[in-house]
Amino acid sequence: MELVMILMLVFTLACALFVAFTRNLLTAAIVFMGQSLAMSIIWMLLQSPDLAITEAAVGAGVNSLLLFIALRKIHAVDATAEREEAPHEGSK
Amino acid sequence: MKGANNRWLEQGDDALDRLIAERIDSPVPETPAPRPPRKRRVRTVHIPHALYLALALLLCLGIIGALMQTTARLPSFGNPDNPTNNEVSRRYLEQGLEETGAVNLVAGMILDYRAFDTLGESNVLFVAICAVIILLRLQQGEARPDDTAWEPRHDLILRTVGRLVVPLVLVFGIYVILNGHLSPGGGFSGGAVIGAGLILCRLAEGGERMGKVLSFRTFRALSTGALSFYALSKAYSFFTGANRLPSVITPGVPGRIFSAGLIPYLNIAVGLVVACTMYALFTLFRKGDL
Repeated sequence: MELVMILMLVFTLACALFVAFTRNLLTAAIVFMGQSLAMSIIWMLLQSPDLAITEAAVGAGVNSLLLFIALRKIHAVDATAEREEAPHEGSK
Repeated sequence: MKGANNRWLEQGDDALDRLIAERIDSPVPETPAPRPPRKRRVRTVHIPHALYLALALLLCLGIIGALMQTTARLPSFGNPDNPTNNEVSRRYLEQGLEETGAVNLVAGMILDYRAFDTLGESNVLFVAICAVIILLRLQQGEARPDDTAWEPRHDLILRTVGRLVVPLVLVFGIYVILNGHLSPGGGFSGGAVIGAGLILCRLAEGGERMGKVLSFRTFRALSTGALSFYALSKAYSFFTGANRLPSVITPGVPGRIFSAGLIPYLNIAVGLVVACTMYALFTLFRKGDL
């Protein structure tokens, strides 16, 4: 259990440093999501399952989704794959 | 930047032709005369790069040192003589089960002893979503931004995975809310899980189908109804409690699903507010309407 805790702490630290230093915004958002997930495991090990569920749902789920929309809005994500589908005719 | 420029290339010749036609048809705007270059130079403080790095490093080390010092001086974790172990937490732990009827003492604290705080938190969420609606919701006649045009639609992988995962996520969220007074969890965490599930459902099934299930009217009714229920029921219990009047709300048998007085119902109300807020926040940012 101690080993898992240390591993998770190191992982959290590495993720945080990576988010701070990476240039790619999409990578930063995804790594931030991973950091949140590791943080929720740490909450679990610290015997606060309430916080763990909330951290997993808000930190890893909704928060990163909002970050992804923001990246899309400022055209930071190069979504060429989706562009090929073209605007759908007939849809409002 | 790159994506925005590529757009004209990929939309084919039609878009390019239209663009050219617009350029040709529109009258040539008169270019203003170039302004004479400024005589007065703006003075900037020039910091050498090495000095900048050294200062940044020094600042970081200083903050790290201060934080480390503070952490070292904090009372140790779990020490019985800590100032946090006072009569308040003792009362919660010793008589919480008896007074609130909630096996999960955290739920007993946040929805019974400190229910007023939780009402404030729900109101913060509600006010936030109201502000987002005022700022971002589009009126009927307004043109829609072409955001949704690029949404993945009829994406087989997303739809199949969504059909598998969304029911599980929603059921888990409902379980977390309904068992909030018995096991870890509660309104906020369960509501966040349900909100994430609804967002996934919307992405997989598309906005039109989801809009039929959860329209703006439904959203409005759910969140205002849940908040009003919370405020009114807690007002009743505060009124009777403060005046020492007999109340119809009893803690019940701890451990049963219908126990702990108002706590399960308040959990449902908080969960509804949180789930609706998460979903509406996502949709309004994405599209400008529910």
